[in-house]
Amino acid sequence: MTEPRVFFNFEVTADSHTLAACRERSGYRALEKALLSMAPADVEKEVTASGLRGRGGAGFPTGAKWFFVDKKSRVVYLCCNADEGEPGTFKDRWIFENSSHQLIEGVLLAAYALNVRHAFIYIRGEFDLPYRRLREALTEAYAAGLAGERILGTEFCCDIIVHRGGGAYVCGEESSLLTSLEGFKGYPRNKPPFPAVKGLYQAPTVINNVETLATIPWIISHGGGAYAGIGNQNNCGTRLFGISGHVNRPGLYERPTGYPLKRIIFEDAGGIRGGKALKAVIPGGSSTPVLKGFEIEQVSLDAESVIQAGSMLGSGGIIVIAEGTCMVRLLQVLTRFYAHESCGQCTPCREGSAWMDRVLGRIVAGQGVKGDLESLESVTRGIMGNTVCALGDAASMPVASFLDKFRDEFAYYIEHGRSMNDGRLEV
Amino acid sequence: MSCLADKFDRLSATYPAQMRSSLVLPLLHLMQEEKGHLTESDAVFIADYLGVPAMQVKEALSWYTMLQRAPVGRHVIKVCRNISCSLMGAERLIDYLKQKLGIGEGETTPDGRFTLLLVECLASCGTAPAMQVNDSYHEELSEARIDAILEELS
Repeated sequence: MTEPRVFFNFEVTADSHTLAACRERSGYRALEKALLSMAPADVEKEVTASGLRGRGGAGFPTGAKWFFVDKKSRVVYLCCNADEGEPGTFKDRWIFENSSHQLIEGVLLAAYALNVRHAFIYIRGEFDLPYRRLREALTEAYAAGLAGERILGTEFCCDIIVHRGGGAYVCGEESSLLTSLEGFKGYPRNKPPFPAVKGLYQAPTVINNVETLATIPWIISHGGGAYAGIGNQNNCGTRLFGISGHVNRPGLYERPTGYPLKRIIFEDAGGIRGGKALKAVIPGGSSTPVLKGFEIEQVSLDAESVIQAGSMLGSGGIIVIAEGTCMVRLLQVLTRFYAHESCGQCTPCREGSAWMDRVLGRIVAGQGVKGDLESLESVTRGIMGNTVCALGDAASMPVASFLDKFRDEFAYYIEHGRSMNDGRLEV
Repeated sequence: MSCLADKFDRLSATYPAQMRSSLVLPLLHLMQEEKGHLTESDAVFIADYLGVPAMQVKEALSWYTMLQRAPVGRHVIKVCRNISCSLMGAERLIDYLKQKLGIGEGETTPDGRFTLLLVECLASCGTAPAMQVNDSYHEELSEARIDAILEELS
């Protein structure tokens, strides 16, 4: 393999996650380099030069996010968003299970750059092995003087606190994560003020995704310029792409940005199960608009390329759907999910997501009526842009795009009271 | 409750002193591990311990999906029914589990052994279909795998 790898650069074995193994592959060298020879501002400079964009889904430039924080503030907090819950996404979990030290090192580097004394890792509550691996790694790091007081014998002190979530999808939204971390039900907050100005307990706060932070040691070791040279110019670097659904080899693949979407599906993931034709692809987690099979011909794994095709690269969770799948019942899986996860704060999302799910339920039960599709579309328009956080949009985009791309299937279901594809989800 | 209070103290010591309120969810998790499920009086106990309003803890208790407000069986089976698992046969496996256990969603077997819950994405999309039994993940499930997993549980 000649392309650089930030994550998949070692063989996973029974003990490859330990501190000793991590050190053998030069773990914590970047931290040493930073603490012993770089000023905090130099670390930020490298991250800015790297062009790294947030890997949680929104793709905001990490350097810019850090720039907005007043590092001279008495308290600055860092929160690592590890509430991985976007359906189709399973990358952060791999990092915890196999390379927790890489994340810890990234957290410490960010904490050093941002003048953070307490960093939090908000990890989703269901995670079992990822949580245990992280705790083990932290224990090792503290014992080795790599976390806590006077790290590596320098003046730099930073404690890392692991906070388990309670099983709420919305808490992956950054302001909801903060509310949850403060001990409340996780209602998102209006922005502005942005967390960089008023975040956790009203202090300036940076919230970065697991994959984002775990990339920083590589950037500090190799230089921001080297990272910027990987993949496409405006969305550089490698990313962890998760492929799931109807493919022969589902799983996680690290690829440079700009890699062809078709190639990752048909070569790396082994093509469609049972040799079936490709019906549709949801390219960036369940909230992103669905694309028809033929629409992905020219699409590459680059934020702009996917936007041009009419969707978003989001969290890099690629969901592949084979010919013969019932798109009506598949959409109901999603409307049920969003109705369940709507936090209840904003009326358009709380009522709208449940309303869409009820209409879908009626159609799937064979009791759809004329006007249902228009009514669904009207609800999506009522939600989008009218809520505090992006969950409302996330609930609406699948509905709008499924109706747009597969309208005939919905119309058939309503007219005949049954699925055009025998209601199949599994092929 | 004195043993529980010791555990509360140990957990509290890991958070910055000015962040008492942040301990609501960690303490609810801890208490659930001890007791199986949580009641309003547990919420009040935590609120008193932390010095936060009881309503704050009650709200959290009623809002977070992982917190159980009713008794559950010895083994809680949580089957993912989200998109990637559905594409890989989650519905078929859920039907199989319901039939095998003789219970529906959210119910507990009469012998108190199993509770069956249907949950949303567990981040096992690449190894779907998946379920969680208590804390442990089980992935790439089939009917035969489910038989083997349940057999091992008393």
